[in-house]
Amino acid sequence: MRNSINRLGVFLAVGLGLSIVNAMAEDTSILVQSTTSTANSGLYHYMLPKLDGETGIKVNVVAVGTGQAIKNAMNCDADVLLVHAKPAEEKFVLDGYGVKRYDLMYNDFVIVGPESDPAGVSGMGDVKAALTKIAESGSAFASRGDDSGTHKKEKSLWAAANIDPEEGSGGWYKSTGSGMGATLNTGIGMGAYVMTDRATWISFKNKSDYKIAVEGDKALFNQYGVILVNSEKCPDVKVEAGNTFINWLISEQGQEVIGSYKVDDQQLFFPNAGQENM
Amino acid sequence: MQDFAQSFSLALMHIVTLDPDLIEIVGLSLQVSLSATVISCLIGLPVGAFVAVTRFPGRSALIVCMNALMGLPPVVVGLFVYLQLSRAGPLGFLGLLYTPTAMIIAQSILITPIAGALSRQVLEDLHKEYREQFSSLVLSTAAQIRALIWDGRYSLITVALAAFGRSVAEVGAVIIVGGNIDHLTRVMTTAIALETSKGDLTLAMSLGLILLFIALGINALVSTFRLTASRYGYA
Repeated sequence: MRNSINRLGVFLAVGLGLSIVNAMAEDTSILVQSTTSTANSGLYHYMLPKLDGETGIKVNVVAVGTGQAIKNAMNCDADVLLVHAKPAEEKFVLDGYGVKRYDLMYNDFVIVGPESDPAGVSGMGDVKAALTKIAESGSAFASRGDDSGTHKKEKSLWAAANIDPEEGSGGWYKSTGSGMGATLNTGIGMGAYVMTDRATWISFKNKSDYKIAVEGDKALFNQYGVILVNSEKCPDVKVEAGNTFINWLISEQGQEVIGSYKVDDQQLFFPNAGQENM
Repeated sequence: MQDFAQSFSLALMHIVTLDPDLIEIVGLSLQVSLSATVISCLIGLPVGAFVAVTRFPGRSALIVCMNALMGLPPVVVGLFVYLQLSRAGPLGFLGLLYTPTAMIIAQSILITPIAGALSRQVLEDLHKEYREQFSSLVLSTAAQIRALIWDGRYSLITVALAAFGRSVAEVGAVIIVGGNIDHLTRVMTTAIALETSKGDLTLAMSLGLILLFIALGINALVSTFRLTASRYGYA
């Protein structure tokens, strides 16, 4: 009995060890460091099987904030970067980490708030005026605070409105330091306004009594870009498979797939590869 | 409360219908955490036993350290392993980041102190009972360790369960080194974190309940095994 138990233990241990295969080694599988909105909204889930069917490329997505995605890619832990912070992306390419940046698609940011609308911003189309009202009334505002694409955008909007929200930090300005979904959960829990990309908002399931309060300002434009990581900096980058992925995304087919993705009958991303945009 | 009832029925539905995605996630959770538990015991038990039976300078300090390391924050362990396994890190050439292996490494580091510190305590208590016998038999340290581990095996199973419980429940380390990649490194806890961030709290809660069921199942399995084994042992 003892011996058989011992043998079983050894067998289990060896079996477990051997069953761990390194799936990342395959040449047709690439690693994409991505912003969370494209993953959380279900776009990859919808799009990747079609890509796999046409090109045989298997895409592994690590969904983190744009800031962290860029840092991970700078550590060479990615083949392709898909994020939404154009200035940071251009710097990434300029510093030699990326080969070339392609516009991929866009949507827009919105500010969501509770039914009670304590700052009285509901229905506003001017984001600077809306932020000023929120700050002046001291209404709670939950910020990502994580250097993500959405956070970078939010900071630029406060700056444009000549407000330093950090002065209210811990008071009306709540910096959560977490992802879009977590920040929405927190913000909704405390009745705070939250700035979010429209795709995440539409597919978000814990909306409570929240509605879009501010939308439609040109300043709320949200451009997504895609970049192949430079194999000169990172020799392990799978150039061929990465290029196949990017070329498919910006091809007519890929763009059509992106445009056809809908949640609750609403289009989440608007393809604009190869177009001059705002 | 209605949410909870909904989560409960959703959890049951997932289990009854044997949802293939769920099975994959549960399978990987078990593979990663059980492997980490085996590794942590292979390292932790002998170290714990050695410290329990021997006396050397700095021993008390070592015990304090081992006990303190039980409180290692998973995120810090994850970050440490990430920095080692990243392509830019010293072990980057292995290409292990974002693989189940990386997750096993991180969890092993996280729970080895638990296996070591708890087994040290268990075996030291046992050693007190056995000390006179050992010295009359003039047993070597290695023989003492072997005898203690064998005789303390039932308590040590509880130690292993504590280590397993910690690893299967943590999310901070595996989400950093695994990346929560669908069909590759997604485990129960990272799936729960993902559904929470999507605002699908009902689904997140139902996954949490399934995780609880699994932990319950494993503990039940181990106690049955223990009871059967001890019955045979004394028969």
